[in-house]
Amino acid sequence: MDIHEYQAKERFIAAGIPVPPGEVATTAAQAEAIASKYGGAVMVKAQVHAGGRGKAGGVKFCNDASEAREHASKILGMDIKGLTVEKVLVTPAEDIESEAYVGVLVDRSTQSATFMVSPEGGMDIEEVAEKQPEAIRRLAVDPRYGLLPHQAYWLANFLYEDKGHVKQATKVVSQLYDAFVNSGASMTEINPLITTPEGDIKAIDAKMSIDDNELFRRPDVAAMRDTSSEPTSETKAREAGLSYVKLDGNVGCCVNGAGLAMATMDLVKYYGGEPANFLDIGGSSNPDKVVAALEIITSDPTVKAILFNIFGGITRCDDVANGIVEATQRIDIQVPIVIRLTGTNEEKALEILEEAGFSAYTSMDDVVEKAVQLAQD
Amino acid sequence: MSIFIDSDTKLVVQGITGRDGSFHTSQMIEYGTQVVAGVTPGKGGQSFEGPNGERVPIFNSMDQAVAETGANTSVIYVPPAFAGGAILEAADSGVDLVVAITEGIPVLDMARAHAFARDKGVRVLGPNCPGLISPGQSKVGILPAQIVAEGPIGVVSRSGTLTYEAVFQLTNVGLGQTTCVGIGGDPLIGTNFIDCLEAFENDPATTAVVMIGEIGGTDEQEAAEYVSAHMSKPVVGFIAGQTAPPGRRMGHAGAIISGSAGTAEEKMKAFKDKGIAVAKRPADIVGLIQEALA
Repeated sequence: MDIHEYQAKERFIAAGIPVPPGEVATTAAQAEAIASKYGGAVMVKAQVHAGGRGKAGGVKFCNDASEAREHASKILGMDIKGLTVEKVLVTPAEDIESEAYVGVLVDRSTQSATFMVSPEGGMDIEEVAEKQPEAIRRLAVDPRYGLLPHQAYWLANFLYEDKGHVKQATKVVSQLYDAFVNSGASMTEINPLITTPEGDIKAIDAKMSIDDNELFRRPDVAAMRDTSSEPTSETKAREAGLSYVKLDGNVGCCVNGAGLAMATMDLVKYYGGEPANFLDIGGSSNPDKVVAALEIITSDPTVKAILFNIFGGITRCDDVANGIVEATQRIDIQVPIVIRLTGTNEEKALEILEEAGFSAYTSMDDVVEKAVQLAQD
Repeated sequence: MSIFIDSDTKLVVQGITGRDGSFHTSQMIEYGTQVVAGVTPGKGGQSFEGPNGERVPIFNSMDQAVAETGANTSVIYVPPAFAGGAILEAADSGVDLVVAITEGIPVLDMARAHAFARDKGVRVLGPNCPGLISPGQSKVGILPAQIVAEGPIGVVSRSGTLTYEAVFQLTNVGLGQTTCVGIGGDPLIGTNFIDCLEAFENDPATTAVVMIGEIGGTDEQEAAEYVSAHMSKPVVGFIAGQTAPPGRRMGHAGAIISGSAGTAEEKMKAFKDKGIAVAKRPADIVGLIQEALA
């Protein structure tokens, strides 16, 4: 789960990281009021779960409150990478002497939280990694000990030469690790971490993604979810316990298992179609889940055909077939449905489905080809 | 022959009294797995009744279960909040292999558990995996036994049902398996592709390997390097997620393309570059294996 910059900054502040003040506005008038309270120049920053906000025109420097109003009115409602901006953060503009990067993420190869720091802040760290790999220092934190004081110092020393800066950065690095762990994050970054002419260090931007698996034990973090930044279908799917990602095609896919669901989408493409979604309904034959899945898929008006691809393993195919038949009787569906079931008791399952009037298949290729064709008709 | 588990495997089930734990314990006993103990804190002294009236003793802790029964493998059906702790306990109990089925364990819990298990020299499979099965010998986890058969093919995969799909197709053409291993869909997993490939290479009964990967991470690329440098047996690969959009988690916590890394194209290219035959569709896996063995 991604959280907004202003929310990540709340987590930073709780960990003691120096962050300039800021308030969130949902209207241009609010933005103006906040700006006049601070006096002087401010930044108005789109709060949206997408990278490249600056390039998209979602981050603006404003000389005064009336400019803040003007920019906020343009930014609010703006579309950035398919997401509508509902909120802006208004924060005093800082005098910047230097920009550094400090990030932590769960790294697969080290199997631990891993720091990346660079004196080359203010740009995309992937770009830095590609063009100037020597400008990045990495450190894998041993999960049994956490970040040790000398390690924080070692990272800070890579960023600054000035003793005062190193001292402050050492603190920020270890505070960022605390914020990371205490938020159940999978990634967090300060980009940029700035130095000011007064010699202070401040985090003027903040990014954080939360490990979804942490949410059950962190209700305060879970409450930060902003459902306005995702399609309603995805909110609904999450509430129904389904794993769903909306895509742009017209073949609705309903599959058990994440790997098989991806392989099904790929096969739709292979046969010249485009998948409308990723959806994993899990391993049960429970008709309620199938109903929820069908409601979500059919609420997408671009869906022209629905494809079931089910592997019956422990859950037998005939049980799943009964579940599908029951579910489709409970809701009204306007688009054709084709079903493929294979595995344990597949013959019985085919009988059940054919009796109920469905086109049923045992070959994954046949059913996908059929679904693609139906969606094109 | 087989890898990681065989007819001598003595299994303890952590979370044996839970809904999933009890259901799958019955399935494993039915298949012939030696389930020698169960663990549920607070229920020590009770017993679990198998499908044919078998009695499996339940203990409060792993150390008791291992001391009393000589179990050498554990399987975990404990809910996510407690599963990290269950892995630590298992790794500290004297078993050699811990199979973590649980999906949804916080990743930082797993970072700690993997580090601890590595120190103890204990192999962890998973988490968020279907487990493994050595047909005719033993099954640990949730793989459907009906679809496997004894034979010479090794199967290793990050996915559950997609693996079943491939295994079922192999079985239907008479190609049985030595062992089918699901390594799990999480970002931090214990046993990886290379561990399984190495074991299959060293298993005299295995003649060819099917390796099923997906988007996210670079394990497949590293596995491809390993195959070209160290394997004499043919490997056939498949990668799921060619149509997955970047930055979105596709069901599995680990199935996410971050930045430019971890795409299906990149992985398929790594396979091809290292001489691994790549199936374009799941249906092509069987043909490629038959070609490799011809």
